[in-house]
Amino acid sequence: MAKHEYAFYPGCSSQKGASASNYLTSVEAMCKTLDVKLTEIPDWNCCGASIGYAEAGELPRHVMNARNFALSEQHLPGQEIVATCAACWLGARETRERLSHSDTLMADTREALKEAGLIINEMPNIRHMVEVLIEDLGFDEMKKYVVRPLEGVKIAGYVGCQTNRPFGVDGESFENPQYLDKMVEMVGAESIPEYEQKVTCCGGALAFSEPEKAQAQIKDIVESAYDHGAEMIVTPCPLCQANVEIYQGHVNKKYGTKFNIPVMYYSQLMVVAYGGDAKAAGLNGQVIKARRLEEIAAKPVKR
Amino acid sequence: MADIKVAAYICKGCGLGERLDTDALVKVAQKDGKVPLAKSHDFLCNAEGVAMIRNDIANEGVTHIMIGACSRRAKTEAFYFPENAVARANLREGVIWIRPDTDEARETTQEMAEDYIRMGCAEVKAMTAPGGNPVTGSSKTLLVVGGGVTGMTTAIEASKTGYPVVLVEKTGALGGWASKLYKRVPVHEPYKSPADTGVGELVSQVLGDSNIKVYLNATIAKTDGAPGRFIVDIATESGATHTEDIGAIVQASGFTLYDMNKLPELGGGKSPNVVDQAGLEALAIAAAAGDGVIRRPSDGQPVKSVVFVQCAGQRDPTGTHLAYCSGYCCNTSIKQAMYFKDANPAVDTTIIYTDLRTPGNGEDFYRSAQEKGVNFTKGKVVEVVPNGATSTVKFHDLILGDTSAAMADVDLVVLATGQVPNSGVNIEVPAAPAEAGTVEVKPISILNLTYRQGPDVPQLKQGFTDSHFICFPYETRRTGIYTAGPVRRPMDIAQAREDATGAALKAIQALENAELGRAAHPRSGDLSFPKVRLEGCTQCKRCTVECPFGAIDEDEKRFPVVNESRCRRCGTCMGACPVRVISFENYSINTVGAQIKAVDIPDEFAEKPRILILACENDAYPALDMAGMNRIEYSAYVRTIPIRCLGSLNTIWITDALNAGYDGVMLMGCKSGDEYQCHFVKGSELGRTRLSKIDDTLKTLNLESERVRDLEVAITDIKRLPEMINKYAAELVAVGPSPFKGF
Amino acid sequence: MSANTAVAEKYRNNFLKEIEEQVEMGDWVKMCMQCGVCSGSCPTNFQSAWEHPPQELFMMIRAGKREEVLTSSSMWNCTSCYNCIVRCPRKLPITHIMHGIAEYAHRLGMAPKMQPTRFFSGLFWKNCTNTGRVNELKLSMGLYFKDGFVQGIKNGMAMQAVALGLVKAKRLNVMELFSGHKCKDQKGIQAMLKKAYEIERSRKAAKMAG
Repeated sequence: MAKHEYAFYPGCSSQKGASASNYLTSVEAMCKTLDVKLTEIPDWNCCGASIGYAEAGELPRHVMNARNFALSEQHLPGQEIVATCAACWLGARETRERLSHSDTLMADTREALKEAGLIINEMPNIRHMVEVLIEDLGFDEMKKYVVRPLEGVKIAGYVGCQTNRPFGVDGESFENPQYLDKMVEMVGAESIPEYEQKVTCCGGALAFSEPEKAQAQIKDIVESAYDHGAEMIVTPCPLCQANVEIYQGHVNKKYGTKFNIPVMYYSQLMVVAYGGDAKAAGLNGQVIKARRLEEIAAKPVKR
Repeated sequence: MADIKVAAYICKGCGLGERLDTDALVKVAQKDGKVPLAKSHDFLCNAEGVAMIRNDIANEGVTHIMIGACSRRAKTEAFYFPENAVARANLREGVIWIRPDTDEARETTQEMAEDYIRMGCAEVKAMTAPGGNPVTGSSKTLLVVGGGVTGMTTAIEASKTGYPVVLVEKTGALGGWASKLYKRVPVHEPYKSPADTGVGELVSQVLGDSNIKVYLNATIAKTDGAPGRFIVDIATESGATHTEDIGAIVQASGFTLYDMNKLPELGGGKSPNVVDQAGLEALAIAAAAGDGVIRRPSDGQPVKSVVFVQCAGQRDPTGTHLAYCSGYCCNTSIKQAMYFKDANPAVDTTIIYTDLRTPGNGEDFYRSAQEKGVNFTKGKVVEVVPNGATSTVKFHDLILGDTSAAMADVDLVVLATGQVPNSGVNIEVPAAPAEAGTVEVKPISILNLTYRQGPDVPQLKQGFTDSHFICFPYETRRTGIYTAGPVRRPMDIAQAREDATGAALKAIQALENAELGRAAHPRSGDLSFPKVRLEGCTQCKRCTVECPFGAIDEDEKRFPVVNESRCRRCGTCMGACPVRVISFENYSINTVGAQIKAVDIPDEFAEKPRILILACENDAYPALDMAGMNRIEYSAYVRTIPIRCLGSLNTIWITDALNAGYDGVMLMGCKSGDEYQCHFVKGSELGRTRLSKIDDTLKTLNLESERVRDLEVAITDIKRLPEMINKYAAELVAVGPSPFKGF
Repeated sequence: MSANTAVAEKYRNNFLKEIEEQVEMGDWVKMCMQCGVCSGSCPTNFQSAWEHPPQELFMMIRAGKREEVLTSSSMWNCTSCYNCIVRCPRKLPITHIMHGIAEYAHRLGMAPKMQPTRFFSGLFWKNCTNTGRVNELKLSMGLYFKDGFVQGIKNGMAMQAVALGLVKAKRLNVMELFSGHKCKDQKGIQAMLKKAYEIERSRKAAKMAG
């Protein structure tokens, strides 16, 4: 039996061929090393994300998340739900809070779920993967498996919004969360605690609908990392990762900059530090290649 | 004068023994100080060292003690010899802690220490041990003027502490403003709704207390005497006068609402449906007595919409109306809006404010009002236009930037007009002669003091009778008389009650000190007091005019009469006296003058300038001590003498110093003027006025104006002071040595 | 009578009440104390100045400026960064109120027609609820072609490099246009959502009826 077991809510972007598929690849390898067992919630659905608000309304949005809760309860009773995507985690957690605080909303939700033949009896705990790592395993435990420290690599910890606000990770401040910096140090790389854009919004869905507004923010985020000498940026959020990585070309064109900084997931850093190869770490999924990590991942592991 | 015997004690502890040649210091005390008994001790402030001194007092007949050790501000309990004259030479904070421990510095450091020993010996010989004020009173009764919340609370608190109280109220009933309120702003959890005023309970507490004697329909006809022995005549409605012996006084004369008739543009006086906050309270009380519906004064129709105008005639930068914020009115309007909302949530209530100020738990109260649906609009009301039974409120919406926003069909408009203190006569404004044909309303005195300086306590700002904005709340500039409540500064009931309690305790402290013949703060416990050598007095009246506390009256022959219990021992009278006939037993022209003269002035070729520092003991001297504690170095050429206040500065000291060959004089006193920080209010200002004439003296002596430097110093200037000293020392080198050296 | 005129008539001058009853978290609007921290914390406001930042929108609601609020594009500028929520000293759920007002304006048909985020928001919801999961390719294509075929091709060309990068990194699958990920129980999801909309509508109607 694995040390830790969770009901897993991968989310739309982690699916095969989707924008954060490499995130999932690296999470799987990371969890294998850490002996964490993730069991996908059967037939899970989209959380609705915050951007769906124009049509979603209140109840339909919560019902979407509640369906996942019900499926988890039915198939994986007693297990906490773990999401890797910031938006999934936020959406599900918000639904959990709202339903727990409103009997009316809960009753309405149950009534709607009945239509899909589902029922909720208990509210599940909703966890983000970084919470699991920090709270259930801890930095000491995570560090034990580092066999290939990312020595000399300077990495800006870009926390972004939705793992940080409005709920955030316990014990961290909204204005200056430090867990990503600690994770960077944990894998033997060099963190940049003074990176002042660490909680700046990447523009979220506006990157699609009003790209010029989002790109102005993306420019600040990348520029500050660059100014602090970062070789790469690390983030816990799929949308942050995508926005900050794939629009660097547009930013360069618009602002005359020459950014080309890889944007990684924490799990990718960990997989490489744990001795995994480039494929296991999902490095092939980078639009801006992380050469430095690829080099390290190609080195033999000291054991 | 009885024979005096002086002894000098040099401490070797705290590094003094290592840094200084203490044997040489003992010799200096004997030779230059001409002290018959001089000793050093390894650790003077310990039990053994103190026992040595006590033994000399008992067995050697020592009357005057010079202690060469730490600052006079340190070890005051160990070196407490109340029967003796005591001087302290500050060798620790004033010498070794501000000098580098190097071979080069050793000589000048030792010279500094030797001078301080000479100065201490000279000072102590010019002193006598203070004997205490012989004219004390022992009345323990507190007079409370005003029967509102503040006055009643003062009376109750004083009575609970065991002091009898006489309470004088000019109206026919106790309660004051608070008794005219329907309800008050809440002071207990959960701060959500208006609460009972509690005035009824206070009144019955006062009336049921045999220790509190209440005069209603009464005023103060005359206040004579001094703390501990005030004699107060109380005039009653019947015409009878009652005389009471009083120890200390708390003036709680309250406030009057700013007159809304002065605000016609806001509808004040233009319509019965525009009221001030007191007007609304009256409507609410009337409603509570009836069906609970607040009605429009003009026609008795229920009020369906009400607008509260904040800062009406307040925070006015133009000088037309009140310049200040009264502080309580936001909470009051919130409370009054709740009168409507709690009775009928359908009533539209809007509070138009520029800055909503709801300190402390007022924030919860504000939030509760929002929850109840009171509408808050950030805006400035420009005009209230009454039109029949309703009004239109025109305002500038400060969030939406709409300069012509308006609310029409408003049933009732409430103006939050603020508090004006009932502080009586402004004694600093000469009474203007009444113009022919005009009927002038003169302010009526509250206390009718028989003081030479005027019938009421001096005002600070905007008519409020405070005295010191930082250090001494409740104090007025009349010793033993305290003000509390809205007469001191604008405040609400909760603050007034706290204020009343504080003032009661200060008043008790004052009357107890008065009985013992001791000073009130800041020289608490000081037994010295000014003595006037009347034979030399020229009746110039400067002392009576300048005394910041009104302590000195004049007798029928126009000689000064010192009311010792009113005195704060600042020495301003001493500094003011042109013929130098005023002195204290332990502080006089001589005690300072002798020190100035005792300093050994090297000749002009020695290249060792000497700078005299006269430092205020309240701020500058502690700051210098703290510089020492922080080991911040400064010039070895300064010789510092603490003075009680810059107000006690007599210019003869400066003339003496310059004549003796000092190269420069630094004066360190507190900030004066409107934002003064002087512990004696006017002391530093008066000192500086005197100093403004020093240029003439310098010219007479044919000296450069740089020779005298006046510095405004705060207690926090710990780093700045040494810098200023060093800078001045360098400047003086440029000016060159004083031509008076060697004479 | 349109939905809009019906509610407008019902609430007459009391726009604040309308917002409190019809908008998610709308009952918080009255609690705003006008400090402006939300406006100062909003990334979009910094970048390109909203027409009406949240603080101002709340004041406009209190001042009864119904038309101006509901037709504004301001709410649609929200990036859902939640900075305003965590900084609001009065703990107003500002992000949700913004979404709520936007949703309400959309529901009444008053929101600006061609506001791109409004369009994208609706598109996203339809996309994800259609099969239960997001089809990223269809979502992007839908957005590019919102202003017609020609503009769509242009938009697509502008994004070509980005798309190619993603395809190469196996993070965009062109086959998604034809099949794509989906939930098995799509029927259940549709039924469940239908019910949820029904309940929500009846609740709002009941509030309006008093």
